[in-house]
Amino acid sequence: MNQPQNTENQAAQTVDEHRRNFIGTSAALAGLTIAPGVMVYGIAHSKPEQEAVTNKVRWGMLIDSSKCADGCTDCVSACFTENGVSLPSTPPKETDSQWIRKVELKDMRTGREQSLPVMCQHCEEPPCVDVCPTGASFKRADGIVLVDRHICIGCRYCMMACPYKARSFVHEELTDQSPDVPRGKGCVESCTMCVHRVDRGEKPACVEACTKAGHEAILFGDLNDPNSEIAKRIASKATVQLRADLALNPGVRYEGF
Amino acid sequence: MWKWTVGIIAVLCLSIAYATSSSAPSVGPKIVIDKSRAGDRCVEDEDFMRRNHMKLLMHQRDETMHKGIRTEKYSLKNCISCHASTKDDRVIGSDEHFCQGCHTYASVKLDCWECHANKARPKAATATLPAATESVAGEKK
Amino acid sequence: MASITFSELKDTSSRYWFLAGLIGLFAALGLGSAYYMEHHGHIVTGMNNSIVWGMPHVFAVFLIVAASGALNAASIASVFGKMVYKPLAPLSGLLAIALLAGGLTVLMLDLGRPDRLIVAMTYLNLKSVFAWNVVLYTGFFTFVAVYLWTMMDKTMGAYTKAAGMAAFIWRLVLTTGTGSIFGFLVARDPYSTSLLAPMFIIMSFAYGMALYLLVLMAIYTGSGRPLGDAILQRLGRLLGVFVAAVLYFVFVYHLTNLYFTKQHAIEKFILMDGGIYTTMFWVGQIFIGGVLPLVILLNAKLRASRTLLVAACLMVVAGGLAQMYVTIIGGQAFPLNIFPGWQQSSSFFDGAIHHYAPSLPETLLGLGGLAIALLIVTFGVKVLRFLPASLADADVDPHTKA
Repeated sequence: MNQPQNTENQAAQTVDEHRRNFIGTSAALAGLTIAPGVMVYGIAHSKPEQEAVTNKVRWGMLIDSSKCADGCTDCVSACFTENGVSLPSTPPKETDSQWIRKVELKDMRTGREQSLPVMCQHCEEPPCVDVCPTGASFKRADGIVLVDRHICIGCRYCMMACPYKARSFVHEELTDQSPDVPRGKGCVESCTMCVHRVDRGEKPACVEACTKAGHEAILFGDLNDPNSEIAKRIASKATVQLRADLALNPGVRYEGF
Repeated sequence: MWKWTVGIIAVLCLSIAYATSSSAPSVGPKIVIDKSRAGDRCVEDEDFMRRNHMKLLMHQRDETMHKGIRTEKYSLKNCISCHASTKDDRVIGSDEHFCQGCHTYASVKLDCWECHANKARPKAATATLPAATESVAGEKK
Repeated sequence: MASITFSELKDTSSRYWFLAGLIGLFAALGLGSAYYMEHHGHIVTGMNNSIVWGMPHVFAVFLIVAASGALNAASIASVFGKMVYKPLAPLSGLLAIALLAGGLTVLMLDLGRPDRLIVAMTYLNLKSVFAWNVVLYTGFFTFVAVYLWTMMDKTMGAYTKAAGMAAFIWRLVLTTGTGSIFGFLVARDPYSTSLLAPMFIIMSFAYGMALYLLVLMAIYTGSGRPLGDAILQRLGRLLGVFVAAVLYFVFVYHLTNLYFTKQHAIEKFILMDGGIYTTMFWVGQIFIGGVLPLVILLNAKLRASRTLLVAACLMVVAGGLAQMYVTIIGGQAFPLNIFPGWQQSSSFFDGAIHHYAPSLPETLLGLGGLAIALLIVTFGVKVLRFLPASLADADVDPHTKA
């Protein structure tokens, strides 16, 4: 069951460092064979694991609502599966955690209908970070807004402050969390832009799922890199920031509605 | 006043003596470290780890959380991968589980597992490939 | 002026202990509820991801606001030099500390992780209004405690005015901070206005004065100490002025919103078709908490009746709780407008009025906060000399003609 350790035990008595590095490498290799497309992308962008993230990068997303299929919730399911969040109950309860949701829109005057996913917008000036009394709500150097659950006291002030209803509070005890995504009762949580995947050079689960479904409605990339596809698209086409009036400069942008 | 102090100290000494003599075999946490899973050595010396594992974890926690540094050596996931019980892959659940056993003994509340997975991730997907042949050799040892 | 004698409540009658026991029971129920909520998680409350602050916050914010107002009598005595209020000052300080302690207990026990109180005190994000409030609360306790010391220790008497002034300024800053918890919420239309800070200050004047009068009358009636009409008349009239001022602020707040087209939807919700919130607003906040007490308090004849005075104070308190309910919960019940001009719907209740039904435990926790405050007062007046032996007209102000 746990063969890799034994492998290295046999190879040398001084195990730890080498063994661990080896597992790391073998994991990456396995990843390469399982999902080549993802890893090719990853190799181009991933940082060495011992290096801190920097503000040279700003991760962002561009969501094209004209490509977002009505009734498709693949991004939502992929997110919840990836992050170990249980899918909303039917009918949904207001205590369910929802990191991403499909919002149905209908123009009040013309009746035109749209549908698009909404999640944490990863603002440059996040109100949730401003109001957090302990600093548990914070923005990483690369623009990803996270909750440090180690110092979150569960006051929910960030939920009051967020203009996008992006955050959820864990109302009940949880078990069997994903090892990559710790989450638990009494703390606030939200979309992490799949930070654990981004750090190893992969795309967020929702983006991958949308591509797999053939819609390609969510584009993920580095807003600071003028050569990235997302930066080029934003530079050449009209895009929208949700609640642009608040001047928060979200990392998630929309087009097509 | 003195009488009381002496009395209290005497009672304390006696109770410690009692605890260490009569129940000697059951003193100390029952910790099972399965070497087939954990290998021979921890990431640092045992003595150092006993006293400082919490500092290493705390440091690593902030590095990972805030800076995205995901080195494996001192990560909680790495602790679990070696120290999980071979029976159910967990580090808590009973006093024979690695984390819980010692923390119960030391009366230190564990807060990690309200959020963190306490179960080692099945390794099948990541590492079966290179390890398949050598695992037999490992068991011989 | 005759010197005033302060003394402890020597009352050891069964009535005192019964009352203390009753209050203690509510405090215990509140703590028990908090334990229950902590054990099961907030799933046992009516709160959810849309209404994130519920009944505990209604009580907590009310108590914290009232705490600042409870200091009215002391401030008038020390800062504005009105000698008539001087005998009232120590109880005023005690009530202020007690109410703040009660409110903070509720606020803290409602946290998702109340066990991390130490984190809340050691990790401060200085841009957070909440973090400012942590400093403001601590300061308030300190300033009022020192102020009480200067009043109750004869050797410290010279510093009373300075300490009183410091406490007075601090309480204004404190309530500015409390109002700004809501006022600085840029994303939510019912809140994002600097009007909330002064509005909370004037609300504190009214709530605190009402609670002060109730506590004063209860203690003096219960212990059989003389309490003259002169003092009650003054405090009652002052309360009337405060209630009128609260109504004025509420009027300006809604008038502004009614002028702004973008605020029409939320105004329509609160004022017309918000169901419980509309009822709470018009019946609770405006009629019971404003109009009725105003009629009693500004009319010298009606005010002279102690029954009516007590009724007016109780109505101000009830109206204050209603106002908190409408402000805190009604303000969250109305959905955020993320896509202006679009009708929105989702599995996360976008565009829908959010539902909230307070559960028993969270309500008991809120009441428990009030009980803890009253318990501190009940205990305080028994062990220390907070109360003048007599507040009869002649003892308080010899110039008063009864």
